Amino acid sequence: MDPARKRTLRLIALLGTALLLAAALMYTTFNASTEAKTPSEVVAGAEPGRSYELTGKVVDGSINRQDGDRLRFAVRDRDGTTAVPVVYSGVVPDPFREGREVIVTGQMSDDTFVAERDSLITKCPSKFKKTPPARGSTA
Amino acid sequence: MAAVGSACLLVALGCAIYALSAPLVAVRTGRRQFVVSARRAIYSLAALLLVAMALLEAAYLRSDFSFALVAQNSSSATPTFYKVTAMWSSQSGSLLLWALLLSLFSSAALYLTRRKHADIAPYATAVLAGIAAFFLSLMVFFESPFATLAAVPADGSGLNPLLRHPAMMFHPPMLYTGYVGFSIPFAFAIGALIARRSDADWIRSTRRFALVAWTFLGFGVMLGALWSYSELGWGGYWAWDPVENASLMPWLTGTAFLHSIIVQEKRGMLRVWNVSLIIATFVLALLGTFLVRSGILDSIHAFGASTLGRPFLAFIVVILAGSVALVLRRRDDLRSTARLESLCSREAIFLLNNLVLVGLCFVIFWGTFFPLISEAVTGTRASVGPPWFDRYTTPLALVLVLLSGLGPIVAWRRVTLAAVRRAFALPVAAGCLVLVALLLATRAAESVTSLVMFCFVAFVGAAVAQEFWRGASARRAISGERWSIALARLVGRNRRRYGGYVVHIGIAVVMLGIAASSAFVDQRDVRLSPGESTELAGYTLSYRAPTADILRDRAGTGAPITLGAVIDVRRGSDRFVMHPSRNYYPSDVAADGAIGRFFAGEATSEVDIRWGLTRDLWIAVQPDLRALAEPIREANARFADSGGGVQAVVLAALAESYRDHPPPATFRALVSPMVIWIWIGGAIVMLGALTAAWPSAEGGRRRLTSVYAARLAHQASGATTR
Repeated sequence: MDPARKRTLRLIALLGTALLLAAALMYTTFNASTEAKTPSEVVAGAEPGRSYELTGKVVDGSINRQDGDRLRFAVRDRDGTTAVPVVYSGVVPDPFREGREVIVTGQMSDDTFVAERDSLITKCPSKFKKTPPARGSTA
Repeated sequence: MAAVGSACLLVALGCAIYALSAPLVAVRTGRRQFVVSARRAIYSLAALLLVAMALLEAAYLRSDFSFALVAQNSSSATPTFYKVTAMWSSQSGSLLLWALLLSLFSSAALYLTRRKHADIAPYATAVLAGIAAFFLSLMVFFESPFATLAAVPADGSGLNPLLRHPAMMFHPPMLYTGYVGFSIPFAFAIGALIARRSDADWIRSTRRFALVAWTFLGFGVMLGALWSYSELGWGGYWAWDPVENASLMPWLTGTAFLHSIIVQEKRGMLRVWNVSLIIATFVLALLGTFLVRSGILDSIHAFGASTLGRPFLAFIVVILAGSVALVLRRRDDLRSTARLESLCSREAIFLLNNLVLVGLCFVIFWGTFFPLISEAVTGTRASVGPPWFDRYTTPLALVLVLLSGLGPIVAWRRVTLAAVRRAFALPVAAGCLVLVALLLATRAAESVTSLVMFCFVAFVGAAVAQEFWRGASARRAISGERWSIALARLVGRNRRRYGGYVVHIGIAVVMLGIAASSAFVDQRDVRLSPGESTELAGYTLSYRAPTADILRDRAGTGAPITLGAVIDVRRGSDRFVMHPSRNYYPSDVAADGAIGRFFAGEATSEVDIRWGLTRDLWIAVQPDLRALAEPIREANARFADSGGGVQAVVLAALAESYRDHPPPATFRALVSPMVIWIWIGGAIVMLGALTAAWPSAEGGRRRLTSVYAARLAHQASGATTR
């Protein structure tokens, strides 16, 4: 085989392998990912036994710390009032409070969102914000 | 003062537009003086932005709340250090910093290359001026750092308490220096493409900038990890958060670039690859700056909706499309002058290392942007978590570490079997020895990937040490110098090469820290009353007493209230005391009550860490405020209109009540083995990178000797074939 042909073949094999690997990566991601849902979507219909990422805002006055590191609160839609109660245990991020945007992973069971341990993520009160953070209000 | 600042920005924008157009006029008309004046316009741009920056900093120091920016993230009570650094925690302030760093870097690069590259310089100047013009127009037309408030508030809202950590204040300027630094090789690469100069000249002139940028970016990433570990109360240093990933991606492609340019310099290969890598790096750096501002991805660092998302995206698209089109049009000029001769050669290892680095970057890119991708493909937003990232990045990281040991000991062009045997014996033996020792003496076998990583790290360490030893003993054999002098001169005369080897050691040490701490961390979340104890990994932790302090925040962030715990720690005969605590910052919401507002604002964990070379003990506390709720409600009603003096007395009484009747508190404790080596390794990387980047006084002489050496080698090879 002449060297130029050999080189082309080698290049094709290399590119082919890279493409295959990339395709495998892309394909498996769809199975490994968790769907993000808003409270109203979770309330409307969530498959039991399936994990979701619940995103929304913490309802005012809903935070209830219980014994141990258990925490109960409710999450509502970003622009709405539909809310879902959440049971959570594990580390609570520093910025967590009423009115903050949170992301929490877990499953629905009997109208309550049972969160996985340590899965609570709270968004910082915007490092880059034009107005001072308007906390406490429902906006 | 604000008007002067705004004027500075406007004039600076004018300078940038001039510096963008003048070089193009020069190319058209052949009048070189336009290039010179464009360069001087860039110098003036830097001077103007320095003045603007000084004005803004002065406003912060004077606590001039007529500046909207100062009112938003500073206050008269903010400690001075955080007043100075608060500037870049705001959006427009960070844009100003970006533009200033860009103008300084551009001035330095254009000054140093002013007598070279007559054909590349006009285009490079125009590209740099174009980038500066973009950032300046963002500030002039969208978000001015010099916006003023009509009604001047009595005090500012203060800096976000979470950001009050030294690492966090140095983190943004370091990252920006990294991001901005890559614009220099990018601009010269584009210049070389337009001017059809496909040789390695642009690389020689800008590689130092690329190296400095890479160093700072890496340092910034390290600081971010340190902040996460020691300030955020969750105990980890990396969460695969979109913003973290955004800073890692250009660092990875930058690493690939620093390696592949060596191949182009030495062998004239990989030309298309090199320009593509620097384009990718710069675009990823812009993307990193953009992600922080767009709010398109959910991240712990939420950034709120910003007006800058669209212009940024448009700019990125223009840069990317323009660069790709340019590379495609010039592809015929970019043919390699040499071929890969053997798969067992240093250039092949470099190629492989590049593929792995780019693959790693692709994996991280895919995972980071997966929410957007899945929304586009399936209609639902879905995301992948840290386990997904770990699964794909771990094997790639293993291969990378192995390659970082192979690269230095495999020769250019091709290797012989005898040379392989000679070079590999010691490193392979070191790896095997570590394997056996770990299997016999520790529980390292519980995590196979960590075990493999430990062996690879030993391999890299031995391989690099062997290179140093060989080089130094060769010098000794010729000159008879002492070991220390031979070693110092060896590094001094070949800074780039041996600095690079030190970087390899540093990265191996970082990986050692990551492998050990991620696989063998012990963690416990526990609720304790004073007097109770818990066990963790051989440590006995006893909650001795609660603490409650008014205006005595040990971290110096200006928190009025600090609640914490005194913990007695015992491990064998070793005894010490730790003080984890939690700072409470007041809220500005009237509904929280006159006293209650002191507890209702932001709260931050002040983690206590007992650093150690073999393991860290890390403790965070979450005090239970429920017992205080009733007294606070009462105090709110009774002292609603009381002055500051009375409120202080009431707070002191509340603190005393917390000390006297302490409720149980929740603790999180971690025993993290060897985690400190991540930052020690980071420091080694910095040291190596600075060694490699340090300008050498004998550059001119060495160029002569290398020409001479090349001639000798040519004659020698001619002699053998004859």
